[in-house]
Amino acid sequence: MSTGDDGSPIQLLSPHGERRPHERYDALVADLGPEALASLYEDMVVARRIDAEGTALQRQGQLGLWPPFLGQEAAQIGSAHAIAPDDFIFASYREIAVAYARGIPLPDLMRQWRGAANAGWDPFRHNMAPTQVVIGAQSLHAVGYAMGVQFDGAETAVITYFGDGATSQGDVNESMVFAASFQAPVVFFCQNNHWAISEPVGVQAHVPIGLRAPGFGIPSARIDGNDVLACLAATREALGRARSGNGPSYIEAVTYRMGAHTTADDPTRYRDANELEDWRGRDPISRLEAYLRAEGVLDDGLRARAAEKADDVAAALREATIHMPDPAPGELFEHVYAGPHAALDRQREHFERFHAGFDDHAAHAAGAHTEGAR
Amino acid sequence: MAGMTFAKALNAGLRKAMERDPKVVLMGEDIGRLGGVFRITDGLQKDFGAHRVIDTPLAESGIMGTAIGMAYRGYRPVVEIQFDGFVYPAFDQIVSQVAKMHYRTRGAVTLPITLRLPYGGGIGSPEHHSESPEAYFAHTAGLRVVSPSTPQDAYTMMQEAIACDDPVVFLEPKRRYHDKGEVDEGLGPGAGALPMGSARIAAEGSDVTLLAYGPMVKTCLDAAVAASDEGVSIEVIDLRSLSPVDYGPLEASVRKTGRLVIAHEASQTLGLGAELAAVLTERCFYHLEHAPVRVTGFDVPYPPSKLEFHHLPDLDRILDGVDRALDRPNSLSGLEDGA
Repeated sequence: MSTGDDGSPIQLLSPHGERRPHERYDALVADLGPEALASLYEDMVVARRIDAEGTALQRQGQLGLWPPFLGQEAAQIGSAHAIAPDDFIFASYREIAVAYARGIPLPDLMRQWRGAANAGWDPFRHNMAPTQVVIGAQSLHAVGYAMGVQFDGAETAVITYFGDGATSQGDVNESMVFAASFQAPVVFFCQNNHWAISEPVGVQAHVPIGLRAPGFGIPSARIDGNDVLACLAATREALGRARSGNGPSYIEAVTYRMGAHTTADDPTRYRDANELEDWRGRDPISRLEAYLRAEGVLDDGLRARAAEKADDVAAALREATIHMPDPAPGELFEHVYAGPHAALDRQREHFERFHAGFDDHAAHAAGAHTEGAR
Repeated sequence: MAGMTFAKALNAGLRKAMERDPKVVLMGEDIGRLGGVFRITDGLQKDFGAHRVIDTPLAESGIMGTAIGMAYRGYRPVVEIQFDGFVYPAFDQIVSQVAKMHYRTRGAVTLPITLRLPYGGGIGSPEHHSESPEAYFAHTAGLRVVSPSTPQDAYTMMQEAIACDDPVVFLEPKRRYHDKGEVDEGLGPGAGALPMGSARIAAEGSDVTLLAYGPMVKTCLDAAVAASDEGVSIEVIDLRSLSPVDYGPLEASVRKTGRLVIAHEASQTLGLGAELAAVLTERCFYHLEHAPVRVTGFDVPYPPSKLEFHHLPDLDRILDGVDRALDRPNSLSGLEDGA
């Protein structure tokens, strides 16, 4: 497992924004000019704003649930910026910033949280599978896709995201067995955000999580997940390894979930406020800001542009969410099967006749629906 | 008896499907050089290569989950789970992922995965090797569940299942693997009327309708022969498809006979027989002369092999069920609830 000199996570940026040299990773981010750095910054600022807007929309009853990713902007945006258009992503429900960076349209980011659909988007339009709710299940889909890529002889890589809790799941461990055995072109990107709802990472792992992959024969790196440059560098390296036929890689991005697990969760019941304050001092955005200011990339203009973009995205997100139409009743029966299925077709027909009965009532007795149609 | 064994017919059906479509890949434990523990995939890796017939790690959820990723990439995986009782570690990937992906993605993702599952008892195996888990899958929206009972259907339905754009749980009655029957190798997708979604009248009769599928069909046919010696005419229907059920021929038969017996190896409570009885009662209520009768495995964990022939419906238990449907003296005579 690759780590920093003292075994700590690899950093290219200290919590105060000082650039730290790294033998391997420096070359991987050497091409980043002012524009690319500004783009990382802007995406992180916008992502944080999306998260805040999502939480607000849930509180206002516009969303059924929202899974905050506050504090994980560097891990998600940094890694996402390394992914090529042909690469395929299998993520969990918390990777909303990854989806945003992937270019998923804003209404599609919200559809599943609004309850208008089980998933937001067509995976093949964006080369990103709908986000997964069952913990760790998507890691196997990623490995299977990567095996297909391998059989096709394509130079495409696959990346799968999951959290520290998922590393306890059989599926994640089975996916590493398959990936190593077939040398599949896949990158396992674990965001160790320290909490699986109320369970601290110590319940999942007795050693650093990144240490597990080498046991499967998979090269592994433990990086500072609040350092966007380290996240970008490590993911570029791992995806490059996959694309060049050198098999799977594992990245443990050590980060922290500053918010609740979801809007249905109350972290004050299980989490020490001091811990939260400690992590606030390692904030990914203020760290990048300090670095960019020192580099002369961050000025008032960039700050204003990023803030304006965040305002625009938040407004558009709100607009799209509030005005998202409910699916038509018939959607209930759509796409269960690719072909006809007699039992379901009969139920659909029954439902349609039942539903049509209300229309008759409405036509003959206005207001009957609200008072009961019988 | 001349003809092809059930096992060979499955092998020939897999081979045909692999020849027809280069995207068809087989995945499972021991299916390559060994040819599977039942030899269903015998010789296929030699002829199609290790990328078409993939020996996987010993991890059932891993096999199902990676098959999903393969299907995402445009392949048509045919997954073998070695035994019925080993399918449970893959249950989440089957019912929460395979079954729901098309719905979840509003049709963007199709998962044409065929899950081959040798199932059922009667071969003297140890625990976990003889179970009948069909109700779990037939209860799950998004899956198709089928079970052939003859070598011809095994051959043809295998190809149909693989060609189907929906995921298909393909239940292979393992105690029939060595039964032989005539197989027309011209019958595959593209050959006109095909068996997979349609029930089959296995034996015509007029007094009682007897429904079965998979391993029980042969037992029921034997029962029909035995009953005819006593002057009772049994119509045996082979469901072939457990989801969806082809109710047309079933309704017609029940209207004709007025008496319904359902036989399966799986436990009784909430088994497929309960659903068949409910639906046919709803649709044929005024034609029924007696409440539907179920002859099934008991509500016990699959028993050790020295007890399994008490658990599995055999010819005599089926005939006893027929007697119940006919209001003739039977094992429950004198009991008030008659259940």
